Parts: sequence; structure tokens; C-alpha cells
Amino acid sequence: MGGKRKGIEVSLAIAEAVGQANADVIAAYPITPQTHIVEHLSELVANGELDAEFVPVESEHSAMSVCCGSAAVGARTFTSTSSQGLALMSEIFFIASSMRLPMVMALANRSLSGPLSIWNDHTDTMMVRDAGWIHVFVENGQDAYDHIFWAFRVGEDPDVLLPVAVNFDGFILTHMIEPIEYEKDETIKRYLPEFRLKNALHPDKPVSMGCFGMPEIYTEAQMSREDGVTGSYPTIIKAWEEWGELTGRQYHPIETYRADDAEYCIVTMGSYGETAMEVVDTLREEGEKVGVVKIRLWRPFPFDEFRGAVLGKKALIVIDRAISFGGPGGPVASELRSALYKKEGSPVIVNYVAGLAGRDVSRNDFRNIILEGKAKAESGDTEGFILYGLRG
Amino acid sequence: MKKVFTKPKCLKDIPFHYCPGCGHSIIHRLVAEVIDELKISDCVIGIPPAGCAVLAYNYFDIDMCEAPHGRGCAVATGFKRAQPDKIIFTYQGDGDMAAIGTAETLHAANRGERITAVFVNNAVYGMTGGQMAPTTMIEQKTTTSPFGRRSEVEGYPLLITDLIATLKGPAYVARHSLATPAKILATKKSIKKAFEVQIKGLGFSLVEVLSPCPTNWKLSAVDAYKFLESKMEKEFPIGVLKDVTKRK
Ligand SMILES: Cc1ncc(C[n+]2csc(CCOP(=O)(O)OP(=O)(O)O)c2C)c(N)n1
Repeated sequence: MGGKRKGIEVSLAIAEAVGQANADVIAAYPITPQTHIVEHLSELVANGELDAEFVPVESEHSAMSVCCGSAAVGARTFTSTSSQGLALMSEIFFIASSMRLPMVMALANRSLSGPLSIWNDHTDTMMVRDAGWIHVFVENGQDAYDHIFWAFRVGEDPDVLLPVAVNFDGFILTHMIEPIEYEKDETIKRYLPEFRLKNALHPDKPVSMGCFGMPEIYTEAQMSREDGVTGSYPTIIKAWEEWGELTGRQYHPIETYRADDAEYCIVTMGSYGETAMEVVDTLREEGEKVGVVKIRLWRPFPFDEFRGAVLGKKALIVIDRAISFGGPGGPVASELRSALYKKEGSPVIVNYVAGLAGRDVSRNDFRNIILEGKAKAESGDTEGFILYGLRG
Repeated sequence: MKKVFTKPKCLKDIPFHYCPGCGHSIIHRLVAEVIDELKISDCVIGIPPAGCAVLAYNYFDIDMCEAPHGRGCAVATGFKRAQPDKIIFTYQGDGDMAAIGTAETLHAANRGERITAVFVNNAVYGMTGGQMAPTTMIEQKTTTSPFGRRSEVEGYPLLITDLIATLKGPAYVARHSLATPAKILATKKSIKKAFEVQIKGLGFSLVEVLSPCPTNWKLSAVDAYKFLESKMEKEFPIGVLKDVTKRK
């Protein structure tokens, strides 16, 4: 159990994980803050350390198309993008899951234009929330490294066959140097079987892919995709359990911190979880009964685990990193509200949208959000959302 | 004392953010001088790219509207069709124009849109850290071609300007270089001509400018200019590729 510990930039560790996973085809177009991942992969391929095709395509639209092609013939496929790149590839992003083509994307979360910005929030990933991919959010470098293997393992499982997006915060994680425990290649081999796509395109056994969906079949095709995403859940859990057994690092769809006896919980996704835990520690010392609930698995959404973690609490203070213009609140809070609707013991939800396009949310801001959120919950002021730190 | 050198009127008094030795500031100045000389600052609209020149609107004192990466010529088409009396130009890098924006560039050119494209070719994706572009030369090292570009797997430098010159829609297509003061002056003349072609309504015009990127080429500014002349101009020969005004 456990390999060498390395101090390394998270992007480079992700690239090295893709290398250890022995990806066959990598197609990508550069975009900040994803660039170091593909640069390092191109080095690994050029050095002969990774026997893969690295295709520096002319746009993300083509990157995702190449990925569909390579996955359809049974190649282990990886890509990475951010923001505008994701937007440009979105047409094929939806098609990849409908064709049930496994591939892994490291999605370095960044705000969408406009205004044009290169900094971190979750507006890019929320755009493709309903695209039929499995979405996981990681909190730190170790998580990011680990989840590359997990993502290949889950997506390529014959019971799943879906693309998987590993969401990680741009700059906050991509450009951070962290201590990361590397697993040995043998461990990875044991964990990640060779990819065999049963219905891969092959002249010996012709299949048709990407077919037209007439009205009499389109609905059923969508239901099958829904079954696929929802039905991936047991495989997801099993893949985490086995990773835990092999490495000692155990992950869950919903993770909590000091939440058991908490009356109020702050809900985060991605790297904010770490700051939230620190702030909760201080608030606990001051006697506040607060905890943290972290959503790791976003699609399929873990309804039971989420409800199990929060029913009976007084309030949830939910931080969204994206805005839904004219909508009922941030996308995360809206979903949590409907997941809890009319459930006995459901907490009220106070929704903050914070940290848009890299606006810093410091420990002090977390503290303000938690305390102000608690007061709002107590006074019944829980409609809509608050755009935290709005100036003017 | 007689003033012999001033800043073009349509450039704001703001220092450029570009790296030392970068060609963008020179090309900004050339475009600005042309706008002043043609007296079109009250009717010109510029379209900066996603790329190192993304902040061009901070420097030009004219109407400007940022286009998403590669979409300059499509956005320009919209402006021109709706306001044919305006003079529209795009300012695009080689990633913007010859990679992600190839389709809209070729089609705008093929339709003979009466717009002008200023195409800055530095043979890499500068802004994102110097990755290989379609224009990267064989054996040129970049952050995604660490041992140099290999034609067997990555193909050959794309001469999009030559491609465009084969179309019927364009009226004026030329390639220039910033390698020497004389060549810089020739570049300016050509940019002026491209705008004049648009003003006369003759069709699409494009000027490619070979431009150094010392930072991403990992060369000193002086060596970058030498590389420009000795290497880039070999791969991308300079000259006027198409000029309908020269035809009888
Ligand atoms: C859809 C999309 N993909 C990727 C990017 C990231 N990006 C911004 S500029 C750029 C390349 C710039 O290179 P070039 O056009 O050659 O101009 P230069 O910076 O060298 O002047 C890239 C890849 C983006 N903004 N949008």
C-alpha cells in the first residue's frame, strides 16, 4: 500500500496518472488553466514514457470528436479542457455519452465568457450538468491524482460505459504544488483492467453507432442513458471501496466533517471543502454547532447519502460557484432544495453564490457566510440567493 | 523644435503589456498609423482575438469588440453586413486564424466579405504558453513538441494565407515580416492597401505579418528577429499573393 510521496504541481500529477493508466489516445487543444496537463502529456509521449497517440488538434470541437472516434474503436481515451473549450466541444460532449463512449476528461473549472475571464468558478461544468456524463469533484491534488484511475475504471466498466469528468478547480488546484502519494504501476494494473469495449467498431463484427433517433426511439434512447447514469452508482461505490482497500484512501459520494451533531452545515463542492473544514474547526471552538457537507459525486446525484447526511439539521448554507440567471438560486442549491422537498426533517437552505471568476473567498469570508447564513436561516430569510461580496 | 515622431492619434497613451521584443506592439502601431492616415478613426471597428492581443482594446482609441477565439471574421461579417459604411478589421493570431478559426476565416474570404484581416503569425500559441500551432515549423520546439515538430505525426506548417489567395472572393492577400525596418515599412504599406481595398468595396483583404515571439521561442529579442528572417521567411515566403487592383 502506498507509493512514493512527491511534491508536484497538481496538473503534472494528473498527467502522470494518465500515463500510469496507460491511455492510448489523448486529444486536446490548449486553454488556460488546463495547459500544463497536456504539455506534460506531450512530454511523456515524446520521451517514450507513454506509448500513446497525442493529437494536438486545432480546436476543442475536434478534440472531443477525436476522443469519440478513438473510444469507439476501444482505445483508452483522455482529454482535458476548461471554460470556452468546454463550451466549444459541448455539441460532441453530449454525443459522447449518448454513444456510451467511455473517456476521461480532466475539467479544470474556469468561468465562462462573458466577461472573458480565465479564473476559477463552476460556470463551465454547470453548463454540461445534463449531458449524461458522470461528474466527480475533487478537493485537492491527491484526490485529483486518485480520481483519474477511478474515472477510467468506472467509465470503462462494461456495466457503465460512460464518459467521466473529473472536475477540479482551475488555478486553486491546477497550479498548486502539493505533496501527492503516487501509487505503484502494479497497484494501478490491479485496479484498472485493460479496456475492452464489447461493441467496438471492428470490420469483423460491424455495428452502427451514432444513429438517427426517430421520434419512436428517441425517448427510449434517453431513458437508456438515464438508466446508464443512475445505474452506474453501484460501480462507482465499488470502485471507491477497492481504491480504499488498495491505497488506504477512501472516498464517498457525500463526505462530511464534524457534521454528526451539527445543527448547521456548510455545503461545498471542490476545493472549497478544505477551507470550510478549517473555518468550522474555529467556529466549533467558539461553540457554534456547525459542520461541513461536501458533494463529491455530482452525477449521478447521491440522493440517499445526501438526505442521510442532512435530514434533521436546522439549516444548510450552500455555496454555489455559478449563477443561474433568472432562476431560483445557484444550480447546486436549487437541486438540493428539490432533493429535500417535503422530506421530513429537511433543513432550510440559505444559498450563497461566491467566488465567481476567481474572486477570493478567504477563511474570514467563509466565517461571515456561515454566521450570516445561520442568522438568515433563524429569521426565515431563505428565498433565492445572495451574491456574496458584491460591490457597489 | 520640430516634432518628428509622435504616437498615432488612435493609440491611447498607455504602455503596451507585451513582452520585450514581441511584434504585437509594432503591428498595433502600424495599424494605428494607417487608421490615422486614412482618416477612418470615426468609422472603423476593430475585432481583437483571444490571444496575446486580447487586450488590444485597451490601446486603440476606436470602437472595438472582442470576438471569441477564432471567430473574428464571422463577427466582422455581421458588423459589415449590418453597417456597410463602417470599416471593419480583425486582428488575429495564427492559433486564432489558422487553427480554431480556419473555417470562418476561409468562408468569410470565399464570400468576399468586405473586411480586412490583420493576421499575426508567430508560429506558436503565444498566450497559452507557446504550444505548437498549425503554423509551427518542422523541428521547431514548443511546449507540446518538446523534440520539435515532426511532419509524420503533426503534419506541415499550414500556409493559410496561400490557401486564401487561391479563392475567388479575396481581393488583396499578402504576407510580410517584421524582420527589418525596411520590411516593417513594407508591412505598413500593405496594411494600408488592405484597408483601401475594403474602402473601395473590392472584397476580402488579408495581410499576414510574420512576427517574433522571443518569450516562447526561448530566444533573445535580437536572436528572435534573426530567426524570423532566416527561418520563418523561408517557410512563409513574403510577398503579395493576390491583388485585384493590379489586374486589367
Ligand atoms: C475555445 C477556446 N479554446 C481555447 C482558448 C485558449 N486560448 C486563448 S488564446 C489561444 C491561442 C493564442 O495563440 P495565437 O492565436 O497564435 O495568438 P498569440 O497569443 O500567439 O498572439 C488559446 C489556445 C480559448 N480562449 N477559447
